[in-house]
Amino acid sequence: MMGYEFQFILPIILISFFSTSAIVIDAIFLRNKSIGFYYSLAGLGITVISAIYSLIKANVALIPLHHSDRLITKGMLVFSGYSAFFDIIFCIAGILTILASKQYLIREYREINEYYSLLLLSIAGMMIIAHANNLLVLFIGIELMSISFYILAGFFRNNLRSVEAGLKYFLLGAFATGFLLYGMALIYGATGSIGINKAGFFMSAVGKAPLILSIGVGLLIIGLSFKVAAFPFHQWAPDVYQGAPTVVSGFMSTAGKAAALIAMVIIIRPLVPTDIDHQQLKQIYNGDTIRLIIGLISAATMMIGNITALVQKNVKRMLAYSSVAHAGYLLMGIVANNPKGWDGIAFYAVAYMFMQIGAFVVISIFERDNEFNMEISDYAGLSKTHPVIAAMMAVFMFSLTGIPPFAGFIGKYYLFASVIQSGYIWLAIVAVVASIISIYFYIGLVISMYFKEPEEKIQQADKGLSYITLGIASFALIIFGIFPSFIINLSHRCFNLFLF
Amino acid sequence: MLTDYIPLIFMVVFGFGIGVVFLLAAEALGARRRTKEKASTYESGMPPVRTARERFSVKFYMVAVLFILFDIEIVFMYPWAVQFKELGSTAFVAMILFIVLLLAGYIYVIRKGALRWD
Repeated sequence: MMGYEFQFILPIILISFFSTSAIVIDAIFLRNKSIGFYYSLAGLGITVISAIYSLIKANVALIPLHHSDRLITKGMLVFSGYSAFFDIIFCIAGILTILASKQYLIREYREINEYYSLLLLSIAGMMIIAHANNLLVLFIGIELMSISFYILAGFFRNNLRSVEAGLKYFLLGAFATGFLLYGMALIYGATGSIGINKAGFFMSAVGKAPLILSIGVGLLIIGLSFKVAAFPFHQWAPDVYQGAPTVVSGFMSTAGKAAALIAMVIIIRPLVPTDIDHQQLKQIYNGDTIRLIIGLISAATMMIGNITALVQKNVKRMLAYSSVAHAGYLLMGIVANNPKGWDGIAFYAVAYMFMQIGAFVVISIFERDNEFNMEISDYAGLSKTHPVIAAMMAVFMFSLTGIPPFAGFIGKYYLFASVIQSGYIWLAIVAVVASIISIYFYIGLVISMYFKEPEEKIQQADKGLSYITLGIASFALIIFGIFPSFIINLSHRCFNLFLF
Repeated sequence: MLTDYIPLIFMVVFGFGIGVVFLLAAEALGARRRTKEKASTYESGMPPVRTARERFSVKFYMVAVLFILFDIEIVFMYPWAVQFKELGSTAFVAMILFIVLLLAGYIYVIRKGALRWD
């Protein structure tokens, strides 16, 4: 049983090893500026291979949950298809970000190896979140991810905006963590267990939810909606994403959001009954209440995000608001709570990762000093000066809007269809209206690039590895948009073999 | 079940009471002779010079944080050492991993010159 189990933990072990040893490598080769870059790329590559291996294995040989006490992790971690699936998403997001970072950091005179080890540490945190089966493990993962993000957001320590972003993110994030931890404490107090599944079993045993448990779950939802930047707690997102180094914003708003979302799925999943429940838990909550709350959060998030993005002049800030809106779309998958919804979350997480990282990387190529060349008017006539980049940016924008044949459309289709299937038609209507609003500013940028004359100053584009990121991202968006069945089949298998 | 908490409540009340009694007793019985030395920040220490709101080197902060870090390490090791035989090999491996992790940080700290004072 032991060796059998190790192949599933291997991705987490590998990423922890590489993130820790990256620090030592940096310390040993002090003079070598780019060793962190190569080392972290190699580390992520090896991790993604082992994650793919465990994903393939997870589909044929699952570790049943009732055996989990005999495993060496003692049921603290869960190994199933969906966690391996998200491991792969996080690693690929990391690889794309690292490729785009090198030239950007060199230009901003901030290429130091700590950047790469912090990135690896945050990925380690996300992977722990995706595997968590215990509230404390979940908390460790969330904190490992968040603390790395606080430092990365303030990485340009001589840039006032970046420092402001780091400090704001840290103060508000620490506050939200307080909510999260207090919610966990109350759940522990009510159920006597910090194991997510054991808490679920307890709940089904009592038959009626005590008030203290409801408060605990509510606090957890508050803390997690802060981390995904959902409506009442989204105010930090624009400032942080605008101030943070651009490639970091791209990484935080995709992988970080997906990790917080999967944490939300893990928490809410035992509370809300579905038709694919293997354990036949008798649910004490009327699942509709929680789903209604999440649905309202989701609706408000996408409306607010898209409406405030309308008036933004700064492209980076506009993308920050749009990332708030996309958190709302992703939450619809939880509301729907059916196989289509899980597929939608998985597919949209993949598509959103490619398009959002791609869009942020395009900004990072043109911006100067984290401040200049970031207005929408600066992108006027880009199609004449830089036709290839303009075309890729147009792909990202169309995909973010959800226009076929790009991957963003398929993701939105699955999410919208899933909520209609589960009877939340009003939510689908709100989502469609929000998408229509979002056309204005996404397509506005494309119009500015293609149908306006360039201003006098000519935009300088960086050369370097970021083009690989852009190429991969736009290629993947088109491929997954035309042939979505690969990801859908994969996620279908992953999520239907849920090990909750 | 609630009766289990009676000793705890008793302890809280008792501890609080003792504090209050001592404060009041000191107030009632003690003599009050204020001198300049007694009113100063460190009565029998260094005479304070200038204001406390001054910039000081980040080195102090580094040393303080590193001290706390490695201090906590020892705190974790004490209970492990006491229970070493009962916990067996799993705990030994876990502690080795823990120390290796801290060692990685220690190498980093030394090589980056965080402990170099000048």
